[in-house]
Amino acid sequence: MSALLEVENLTVALPTRAGYRNAVDDLSLTVGLGEVVGIAGESGSGKTMTALSLFGLLPNGARVTGSARLDGTDLLALRGRRLRDVRGRQVAMVSQDPSASLHPILTIGTQLTEHMRHHLGVSKSEAATRAAALLDTVRIPDPEQALGAYPGQFSGGMRQRIAIAVALAAEPRLLVADEPTTALDVTVQAGILRLLDRLCRERDLSVIVITHDLGVMSALARRVYVMYAGRLAEAGDTSRLLTRPRHPYTRGLLDALPHPEAGQAALVPIGGTPPSLGAVPGGCPFHPRCAYAEASCQETRPAAVQASGETGPHLLACPPDPLRELS
Amino acid sequence: MTASQENPVRSDPVLALSAAAVEYRRHGQRVRALDGVDLTLSRGEIIGLVGESGCGKSTLARAAVGLVPLAGGTVTFEGQPVAPLGLRRRPGRLRGLQMVFQDPYESLNPRRKVGDLIADGVVLGGGSRADGRARAAELLARVGLPATAADGYPHEYSGGQRQRIAIARTLAAGPSCLIADEPISALDASAQAQVANLLTVLVREEGIGLLLVSHDLSVVRQVADRVAVMYLGRIVEIGDTATVWSNPVHPYTEALVAAIPRADGAGVLPADLPGDVPDPASPPSGCRFHPRCPVARDDCAVTEQQLVTVSGRQVACHVRAPLPGGPAPAAHGGSAAPGAASLCGLSTRTSSTCCPARCCPPAPSRPPPTAPSPRSPPPRRPACPTSWSPTSRAAGCCPG
Repeated sequence: MSALLEVENLTVALPTRAGYRNAVDDLSLTVGLGEVVGIAGESGSGKTMTALSLFGLLPNGARVTGSARLDGTDLLALRGRRLRDVRGRQVAMVSQDPSASLHPILTIGTQLTEHMRHHLGVSKSEAATRAAALLDTVRIPDPEQALGAYPGQFSGGMRQRIAIAVALAAEPRLLVADEPTTALDVTVQAGILRLLDRLCRERDLSVIVITHDLGVMSALARRVYVMYAGRLAEAGDTSRLLTRPRHPYTRGLLDALPHPEAGQAALVPIGGTPPSLGAVPGGCPFHPRCAYAEASCQETRPAAVQASGETGPHLLACPPDPLRELS
Repeated sequence: MTASQENPVRSDPVLALSAAAVEYRRHGQRVRALDGVDLTLSRGEIIGLVGESGCGKSTLARAAVGLVPLAGGTVTFEGQPVAPLGLRRRPGRLRGLQMVFQDPYESLNPRRKVGDLIADGVVLGGGSRADGRARAAELLARVGLPATAADGYPHEYSGGQRQRIAIARTLAAGPSCLIADEPISALDASAQAQVANLLTVLVREEGIGLLLVSHDLSVVRQVADRVAVMYLGRIVEIGDTATVWSNPVHPYTEALVAAIPRADGAGVLPADLPGDVPDPASPPSGCRFHPRCPVARDDCAVTEQQLVTVSGRQVACHVRAPLPGGPAPAAHGGSAAPGAASLCGLSTRTSSTCCPARCCPPAPSRPPPTAPSPRSPPPRRPACPTSWSPTSRAAGCCPG
């Protein structure tokens, strides 16, 4: 599978009271054509900052280094008009909260056709036809009538479907979905997951799905990157990563989930809380919360390298590798 | 091992709802958000209340603590009626009935210190400020926070810590019943586990009754003794968690359980339940679930459903749990498994013709779960089969 997006050594530094701090630290990832890739981690792990950097939407004062090449074009270097040409056309985003991402007093039709006409140069009537077809694709009943309706007239699940339709209107090649189903019911979530999966297969759409829900990850993503405190902790094939996690943090995330098989045993939370941006510990950022931490973990900051004993590509940033024997 | 055996204090009711109904007014129209709900919560018991948004879970929780007036029925706390909250001071006898709200960012006053927030509960109960401060330190320790947290403001703490502060605040009132409306939904995965464990420990050790409202079935499954499934203002299935979970009878419960994505790396898409919860202002006739129901019969649109006891739980579905003396039940389970196929919109097709493994995850809970092997490497999901094409989609395959 050829790579559509190649992010290399991405570092995003945000201004804090104590100076610049890295919200994303030396992250590299690739997304293949038509591939669904997941980014997992607790809040504050740099998932959303990674996504925003691809759109030039970082907060004021943020410093970005590294590169993010989409078919050879470095998204991080684009400015002004060239950035606008890519944004929406090549890369599009679906955010967590559809009531915040849709404009409340513009009709669905306006929001669906505006950038479609700008990017694709189609006529007004052609755009309306395409918009109705899109709404049909995302299973909005009576699409013609929905074009004239306002976001407030739809339920949360339907609004998220509409937000996905808006993101897809200019036929982007990469969709970044930031917690696309976190605010929704499980039944609606199931519908959205099936929709995203279908779009990938039908349109060769590449998707980066950002979520802390490993169940969603398991259903959708082929490969998963697990981030902690802005750094890559572990990356690999979803089935491998979820059945045989090598990083203690991935293991902890899995143990914190309720398992249908586990009966009524107490949940196993990860002790402590994720570090705030200004207070990332030295050495391995996870060592204060890690049950397997050794003295060396406090000193050297581990880089993600190919894990020993894995047949496929599997990156691991944990030199002691305490879970190797278990896997 | 059933939950009831673990929980010996089940017979000591602390909160009882009887035919409770709540109506809102919207555009001059009466909307019945809660329609005749019976529920009894005992000390030391956790009842999980689940359902999609708009089904009346939160209304039930608010009615249980008296935040909304009842349009019918009764709510009693320790045998006394729960009066709706008005302008007057809440009667002291209701102080043991406390609520934990969803969003700890909004439920804590940002301008008051954590210790003062907690001490209020003690002061309202007749204690002095000094008592309150001493108790606040104890309670912070109880919820796993350092006593020094009393001198901080809520914004200094993470979501999970704030929710623990909110729980400590309710404990200051010495509650015998807690109503928690989505107490962990706004939290991170690991903080969710911490708060869920804390609530469980408090309930067991202090003998508090807990009504846990959540749209996250997997958490409810883990902590609740009994689970009540709501749809459009009514309870459609209620019973011991293990029983309901492992063998749901109501098609709606079945759909909810099947919709949970499992973090097993198998790459199976969860089953979809098409459609939305109807507008409670104009609920469907007969069984309120019938327009979305995969096993609906013609008479479902006519007959009101009643809760019937069947295989260890109460179910309101006359197709799967007929009234005594009624017609024979439709095939439930076995090879027919009508619900399993039609859950993904394939009511007229057999699952083998459509997207093997992708569209049709294992039929929900049927056959009953066998010994799972969560850590064995499952086969990666196959690529979309060659038989799939836009025409098959038009024919109703792969509904998405």
